[in-house]
Amino acid sequence: MAKSLRIIPEKCTGCMQCELACSWVQTGMFQPSRSLIRVNIFDEQASYAPYTCFQCDEAWCMTACPVNAISIDANTGAKVVGDANCVGCGLCTIACPFGTVFYNPDTQKAFKCDLCDGNPACAVACPTGAIEYTESESADWLGGWAEKVNESYLTSIEGGNAA
Amino acid sequence: MTHGWAGHILRVDLSRGETTKEPLRLDWAEEYIGGRGLAARYLYEEMDPSVDALGPENKLIMATGPLTGTNASCGSRYMVVTKGPLTGAITTSNSGGHWGPELKFAGYDMVIVEGRAERPCYLLVDDDRVEIRDAAGVWGKVVSETEDAIRDETGMPELRVAGIGPAGENLVRFACIVNDKHRAAGRSGVGAVMGSKNLKAIAVRGNQGVRIARPRDYMSAIWSYHEHLAESPGRQGLTELGTAPTVDLVNTFGGLPTRNFTAGQFEGTEAINGESIKDNWLIANKACFACNIACGRVTQVSPAADKYMVNMHPRNWKVAGEGPEYENLWSLGADCGVDDMDAIVMANYLCNDLGMDPISMGATLATAMEMYERGLLSDEQTGMALRFGDGKALIAMTEATGFREGFGDELAEGSKRMTDKFEHPEYFMGVKGQEFPAYDPRGFQGMGVAYATCNRGACHLRAWTPGIETSGEYDPHGTDGKSVWVAEEQNRTTAHDATGICMFTTAGAPLDDLIPVLSAATGVDYTMDDFVHIGERIWNIERLWNLKAGLTAADDTLPKRLMEEAHKEGPSAGVTVDLDAMLPDYYAARGWTADGRPTREKLMELGLA
Repeated sequence: MAKSLRIIPEKCTGCMQCELACSWVQTGMFQPSRSLIRVNIFDEQASYAPYTCFQCDEAWCMTACPVNAISIDANTGAKVVGDANCVGCGLCTIACPFGTVFYNPDTQKAFKCDLCDGNPACAVACPTGAIEYTESESADWLGGWAEKVNESYLTSIEGGNAA
Repeated sequence: MTHGWAGHILRVDLSRGETTKEPLRLDWAEEYIGGRGLAARYLYEEMDPSVDALGPENKLIMATGPLTGTNASCGSRYMVVTKGPLTGAITTSNSGGHWGPELKFAGYDMVIVEGRAERPCYLLVDDDRVEIRDAAGVWGKVVSETEDAIRDETGMPELRVAGIGPAGENLVRFACIVNDKHRAAGRSGVGAVMGSKNLKAIAVRGNQGVRIARPRDYMSAIWSYHEHLAESPGRQGLTELGTAPTVDLVNTFGGLPTRNFTAGQFEGTEAINGESIKDNWLIANKACFACNIACGRVTQVSPAADKYMVNMHPRNWKVAGEGPEYENLWSLGADCGVDDMDAIVMANYLCNDLGMDPISMGATLATAMEMYERGLLSDEQTGMALRFGDGKALIAMTEATGFREGFGDELAEGSKRMTDKFEHPEYFMGVKGQEFPAYDPRGFQGMGVAYATCNRGACHLRAWTPGIETSGEYDPHGTDGKSVWVAEEQNRTTAHDATGICMFTTAGAPLDDLIPVLSAATGVDYTMDDFVHIGERIWNIERLWNLKAGLTAADDTLPKRLMEEAHKEGPSAGVTVDLDAMLPDYYAARGWTADGRPTREKLMELGLA
C-alpha cells in the first residue's frame, strides 16, 4: 500500500505554514507564489483547506506531456517532472483537471508536488496536524473537506440567507 | 542583496500623484530592526512633529519587520506609524493577517504615504507595478465590501487589502486601518489619518520571496522556537480560548474596569468569558499568516440577535465574523455594563466593518453613559437614553459613530474631546487623549505607570504588568519595583514590535529563542543586550518626537479618579494609584531628567546625539 497525503480540514486554521514550507523546498526562500500547495480560504464558511496534487492513478499531466518529461517515482509513486526533458510547453498545466501543476516563470519549466521524496515538508510543518502523510488505499485528499463544504452549503440554503 | 529585509521602500506622494521605489536605509535597518523602530526613524528624520495629524503634512507609514513574511510564528505583523489624531503624539498601531507579508513579497519593507489626494483613491501594488487608482467605486463601502470590490474591479482575487471603512472616511478619531476584513491596526485613529489623505485602501499582490541569510542556522533556530511554542501552556491556552480567559483573571483581582471605571469587578463576567464564547458563539479558530497559535475566533450570533438588526445591515451578520477578543469583551461589555453577548458580538462586527477601534468606541460610550446617568447629558443632546447595560444603545451608538450621525458625531471625537466639550473632563478615562484599555491600575498598580508613560497614550501592549503582578513576585497593589520593570519591559516589547513577530508568541516561547532566528534571517548578529538596547533607542526616539510635538512631562499623568477614588468593594478596595511615587523612579530608570527629558548622556549612549 502506498502512502499519500491526507487533509483533515477541521484542523486547518489557514496559517499558510504548508505554503511556506513548500516554497522553501522549491526556492530556498519564503515565497508562497512558488508553493505547490495552496490554502483555500472560505471566510464565510470559516473553512480552510490546503490543496495540492492527488498523484492520481490516471495522471492526465503525464498523458498530455509530448516529451515524456513526467514519470512515476518508484519509491513514492509521485508523478515527477524531469527538468532535463521538460520543454516548458505548459500542456500538463492545462491537462490537470485539478489545477495542481504549475508553470515556473523563473525556470521556464513545469513544476508539481513530488511528495518531497517521501517526507513532505507541508505535513512536517503543519502545526495543527491538518496534513498527514499516511498509508491509504486511495488518495482521498479532499474527502473530508468536500463533506464539510457540502454540509455548510446545505445549512446555508436551509438557513435561508435573506441578505 | 538583502536578507530578512526586502531592501526597498515604496514612497507615495498623493498630492502629486507620484510613487517611487527607494532603497532602504540599511544602516538604519540594522540599528532599528524594522517595523515600529525603522518607521519611527524615518518619521523623526522626515516630518515636523508639530503639524496637524489630519492635515496633508502628516505622513502615514506602514512598516513590516525583517521576520514578516517568514515562517517564524507569527511573522504576519506590520506597524502603522504616524501622528495620532487622538493624542497628537507619535502612534504605533500593529496588525496581523496577511497584508504585511504580501507587502514583503511585493518587494517592500514599508510604504510611506505623503500629502493628500484631490479625490478618493486607492493604491494598487503588484510587485513593481504601482498605481494610484480612482476609488469612486469603493468610497463609502464598509471594510469587507471594499476588499471584495477591489478584487472584482481589478480581476485580482489574490490581492490582500488594508483599508478604511466609513469611520476612516468620516475622520472618526479612533478609526482603524483594517486588513483581510477582520485584522486591524486598531488603536490611535490611524484610519482617520488614511481617510484624511483621501486614501481608501492599499491593495497588494507580491510574487517575490523573503531571503534568509544563513538558512541552516535559521531552520535549526526556528525548530526549537516552534517546539517551545507548541509545548507551552500559554500558547495552548490562547489556542483553546483566545484572549477571553483574561476576563476571569482580571476580574478576580478587582482590575476589570466596569461602568467607566466606577467599579473594579463586573457581575456579568460569566456571560462574556472565554468558556461562554467557546460554548455558544465560536465556529472555528483562525490563524494569521504563519501563526502556530490561531487565537482568532470566528463567531456567529444567535437568532436572538435579530432584535439588534441595524439600519446599515450591509450583509447577513449571522454568517460569520471575527471576535470579540478580550479587550472588546471589556470595552463593549463590562465598561458599558452590557452582559448580552449577542449585543457585544454585533457591536464588534459593526466596529470591524465600519473600521473603528472597539476599545475607544466602548470606552467613549461608557463615558457618555456615566454622564447621561449623572444628568450631565440630556435626552435632547443624545437623542436616546444612554443607560449602562443597554445593548440597543450600544448597537445604535456604534453605528451612529461610524457615520457621525446625531450624537455619534460627538462620540466620534473620542472621550477626551467629548468630555471637554460638555465641560466635564473629569470623566475622561485615558492618557494623552487616548482611552484606557481593559486593566484598572487600582487592581494592578504597575499598569498606572505603564499607561502614564506610554508614548502613544493609554496602552496595554507596551508593558503588560498583570502577569508578573499576579505571579506572587510582586504585590499587585504596591509600587515597589514596578517602575524599573515597566521601563525594561517597554524596551523588550518595543524591540519585539520591530521584528514583525506577534507579541502573543511571548506567551509561549522565551525571547531568547527569537534572537537567533532574527540573527540568522538578517545575517546581523544580535545579542539579547543589543536587542534590548535597540528597544530603548526606539523608545527614546519616540519620546524625542513627542517632545518636539509639544508634549511634556505633564502629559505623563492619569485621571484623578484613579489616583484619588478607591473602589469600595472587591479585592482592589481601598487602593489608589500612587503615580507620584512611581513616576520619578521611572524617569530615573530611563536616565531622563526629573521633567522627563532624555539626558545628553543617555542620547549619546543610544547613538541619538
